Amino acid sequence: MRKLSRRPVLLAGIVITLALFAVALISLVWTPVSPTRLAIADKLKPPLASGFFGTDQLGRDVASRLMVGAWNSLSTSILAVAIGATIGTAIGVIVAMRRGWLEIIVMRGCDIIFAVPPILSAMMLGAFIGSGRFTAIIAIATFMVPVFARLTLGAALQIWTRDYVTAAIGMGRPAEKITLVHVLPNISNQIIVQVTIQLGLAILTEAGLSFLGLGMAPPAPTWGRMLAESQTYLGQAPWLALMPGLAIALSVMGLNMLGDGLRDIFDPRDNS
Amino acid sequence: MISVLLRRILSLAVTLLVVSLLIFLVMDLLPGDPAAIMLGTSASPETLAALQKELGLDQPLPVRYLAWLAGVFQGDLGQSYTYGVPVAGLIAERLAVTLPLALMAILISIAIAIPLGVQAARHRNGAVDLLAGLFSHVGIAVPAFFVGLLLIILFSTTLGWMPAGGFPGWSAGFVPALKALLLPAIALALPQAGVLTRVTRSAVLEVMNEDFVRTARGKGISESAALWRHAMPNALIPVITILGLQFTFLIAGAVLVENVFNLPGLGRLAYQALSQRDVIVMQDVVLFFSALVILVNFLVDLAYLVVDPRLRAGAQ
Repeated sequence: MRKLSRRPVLLAGIVITLALFAVALISLVWTPVSPTRLAIADKLKPPLASGFFGTDQLGRDVASRLMVGAWNSLSTSILAVAIGATIGTAIGVIVAMRRGWLEIIVMRGCDIIFAVPPILSAMMLGAFIGSGRFTAIIAIATFMVPVFARLTLGAALQIWTRDYVTAAIGMGRPAEKITLVHVLPNISNQIIVQVTIQLGLAILTEAGLSFLGLGMAPPAPTWGRMLAESQTYLGQAPWLALMPGLAIALSVMGLNMLGDGLRDIFDPRDNS
Repeated sequence: MISVLLRRILSLAVTLLVVSLLIFLVMDLLPGDPAAIMLGTSASPETLAALQKELGLDQPLPVRYLAWLAGVFQGDLGQSYTYGVPVAGLIAERLAVTLPLALMAILISIAIAIPLGVQAARHRNGAVDLLAGLFSHVGIAVPAFFVGLLLIILFSTTLGWMPAGGFPGWSAGFVPALKALLLPAIALALPQAGVLTRVTRSAVLEVMNEDFVRTARGKGISESAALWRHAMPNALIPVITILGLQFTFLIAGAVLVENVFNLPGLGRLAYQALSQRDVIVMQDVVLFFSALVILVNFLVDLAYLVVDPRLRAGAQ
């Protein structure tokens, strides 16, 4: 614990991220009020006048909606990053194993996928298969694949030059086994750091998608849609925009700090 | 140098071709017939068949792709279904909003990030450094469209200094048009500036420890001359790299910010095309944005060759 207090960034990251997960999980079993309960008579009440963070244009409790929004945002982002990281990492280690023309094709492919922002691919998908959580997850995951493929390939190629890998090759170990036994465990730290940081990016993207109506369908509350709906009432009820916006910013900041802190621990050389 | 350039251009052309094929295939393989999507559920089979013929959907896939590509090369991107005008014209019209917006955002972010990053590196662990660190942590985490909403709350609904959105058009004069783009550009610039500040700081710190900077100092030149004449040109390489990589996010941010401020730009065009199911506009805008991102990264590659003579030699 003494060590942790000397790493304020990591500590802040851990605290914020744990709080985010806690709020998201608690929302599954308890919220102050039902997030979809309408109370038109109590509409646009400022924070503390009705509920903790006030009420929206339909009298729904903002605090409860923020809590459920945390779960919706987090679960969508975790699924997207899990899919993207798994596929990307698999591609990265396989290419590192085979190299040759496969490497050129995959790297070019990564450049190409990276050129289409997830907002646009979600729009393209949305036009055909309709928008919703599935579309959002696919769009974000697609964008994550090249991120993890590039990272894993670079890291894995370094491991392949190490002496203990040369020794394993000399002993006749098959490349698949070397990948599983030597390469993956040695690059896992870098992947964990990247997962944390990409989770933050996924939350940002999910918020953007649901802001445009490309996320989860109403009445499920999402931070992005809460922001979109707040636009009409910016003059009368600015807290409707402030609360979800701060929730997004704080969550992403927490995850980024956690990622930075973990990187410092895993790679002390970089800790100048 | 010329052969390096030619090889890069060839690779650029191949990448662009593959992107166009990919976008075409994705649009084609996705379930749903564009003609049916455009007409909605109430269309009669005859109307549907007529539109399919008009769009060339009765042709085999390779023919359709080549026809589309040939059109793109001639500047013919097809007809918008909802607007009834050529898509190329629509894109050009909207570009007159999005391009200045993106340029302003890049300039603002550079104007904030480079001085801040340099000062943070010069006075390491000082007050400016702490402030810069906080600024980049917050900047990276705050979505541009939320910054936009905050700016509207502050400058439009509270102070009443700026319009809350909309665009008068360039014909209304340079100053009113620029004024309409100012808040959106700041909203787009702040998250970018957060990333850039961090990169500038660490790049300057790294270069200031290099031998050639120490030699320059040893010769007795002032600290700021060592910084600006010797360290800065080298520190610019990672800064340019990040500017290129961030361009995708700038485009994504522009789509959202244009919707917040009601600006008739390309992002808003794509969004409207989605809600009006104007598939051709969608396809062309996505192709255009992707090509733009690839082109910017190509230019970043070229910028390395200009900035760093070692890469020039290495590439040959």
